[in-house]
Amino acid sequence: MRTVCVDDIIEAVERLCQEANYNLNDDIKNGLEKGARQEVSESGKEILTHIIENADIARRERMAICQDTGMAVVFLDIGQDVHIAGGSLTDAINEGVRRGYDKGYLRKSVVKDPVFERVNTMDNTPAVIHYNIVDGDRIKITVAPKGFGSENMSELKMLTPSEGIDGVKRFIIETVDKAGPNPCPPVIVGVGIGGTMEKAALLAKKALLRPIDERSCEPRIKELELELLESINRLGIGPAGLGGRVTALGVNVEVFPTHIAGLPVAVNISCHVTRHSQTVI
Amino acid sequence: MKYTLEAPFDDEKIKMLKAGDTVRINGIIYTARDAAHKKMISLINEGKSLPFDIRNQIIYYVGPCPARPGEVIGSAGPTTSSRMDAYAPKLIELGLKGMIGKGLRSKAVVDAMKTYNAVYLGAIGGAGALIARSIVAQDIIAFPELGTEAIRKLTVKDFPVVVIIDSNGDDLYRTGRDKYRALDQV
Repeated sequence: MRTVCVDDIIEAVERLCQEANYNLNDDIKNGLEKGARQEVSESGKEILTHIIENADIARRERMAICQDTGMAVVFLDIGQDVHIAGGSLTDAINEGVRRGYDKGYLRKSVVKDPVFERVNTMDNTPAVIHYNIVDGDRIKITVAPKGFGSENMSELKMLTPSEGIDGVKRFIIETVDKAGPNPCPPVIVGVGIGGTMEKAALLAKKALLRPIDERSCEPRIKELELELLESINRLGIGPAGLGGRVTALGVNVEVFPTHIAGLPVAVNISCHVTRHSQTVI
Repeated sequence: MKYTLEAPFDDEKIKMLKAGDTVRINGIIYTARDAAHKKMISLINEGKSLPFDIRNQIIYYVGPCPARPGEVIGSAGPTTSSRMDAYAPKLIELGLKGMIGKGLRSKAVVDAMKTYNAVYLGAIGGAGALIARSIVAQDIIAFPELGTEAIRKLTVKDFPVVVIIDSNGDDLYRTGRDKYRALDQV
C-alpha cells in the first residue's frame, strides 16, 4: 500500500485547473495551424489566425483562453494499492477546483440548483468527478474543464441495431450540422458508441481526452473517424460558423460492447478550446 | 464593407449595416446574459425601469472572467445567443439596436429585428483573451449578486464584430455555409 496525502491532490487539481485553462495543448494548436493553411474561405482563414493569436496571448499572460472556463470535469484513475490519507478525496478535488478557479482568475460558472433558483456557487464547485479503479499504486488525475456553448449542442440517441453504421454516421453528422455556429467551430467531436446510455455518454467525453492527431487503434474505427471528419468538413459551417471547410479539427470515437437490443450513440461536441491537463501522483 | 462606428447606434447606422460587413465599435456597450435578461424582463413585467436606458444601445452577451490586478477585465468572448432568444424580442421592441454574441437566432428575434430595425453582430467565440484587449473600462451597474452575469457598462475601443443578421433579416451564417457546403445529403 502506498499512501497519498489529500494535500497533494488539492495542489495538483489547483494547478491542473489553471494549466488547462491557460495553455492550449499542442495537438489542438497544430490542428488550428494546419486548418489555417487549408481553409479556403478568406474570412475563415482570418478567424483561425485570430484564434491562434488568442491562444498565444492566453499562454503568455496566464489568462483564460476562453471566458467560459467550464465546469471542471475530473477523471481519476486510482491504483488499487493506493491509500488516501488526511481527509476525503472528493472534498480534496473540490477544494483544488475552488482554489484553482479563485486564485487563477477563472470564471465561476456553476449554479447550485439546476432548475429553480440557479444561484451561482461562486467557487465553480462542485466538479463532475469520474473515479476509476486501476492496477498499481499511482493516481492519475485529468482535469478537463468543459465549456457549455459546445456541451449544449451534444446529443445522445439510442439507435436500433438495424440502423447500423449508416445510422450511426447520419446521427453524428446531423448533430454537428444542427449545432452550426453555436459550439464555436472548428470543433472536436467526441463520440461514444455502445455500452448503456450513461456509458456511451462517458465514452464520448473520454474520446475528447485523446489527442486529435492520434487515431483509434481499431482499423474500422480509425476509418470511421477519418470518414466522419471529411464529411463534417463538407458541411460548410467553417470557422466561427461564417462558412468554410474547416468545421472540425478532429473526430475521436470510442466503442464498448453493448446489449443485443441496443446501439447507443453519444456525440459530445467540444469547441476549439478543448482543454485537458493531467498529472500522475 | 468595413466600418468603424461609435456606439450607441442610431437607426441610420443600423440601416446601413449589411450581413457580412465588419465593424469596429468604439464607445459604450452593456453586458447581459441569461440571468440578467431574466431579471430585466421581470422588471419590465412589473412596470419598473431597466438598470439602463436601453434605447439605441448594444448588449454584449458575455460573462467575463475576473480581472487580474492591474487589468481591466479577464477573458471576455461571446456566449451562445440563442439562450437570450426568449427575452430579446421584448428588448428590441423597447429600442435595443444591437446584440453581440455567437450562434443562431430564432425567427421571433429576426422578425423583431426587421420590425424595429436592429442588428445581430458576431464576435469570435473562444477568442476571449484577444477580445479583452478591446475593452478599456468596465463598471458593474446592476445585479452584482449575479457575479459574472451582472450587468456591466463597457467602454470599448476597436471592438471587432461581423454583421451576422442585418435589419433586412439577411443571415451570414446561412449564406456563408451554403457557399462552402459540399454534402449532397446528410
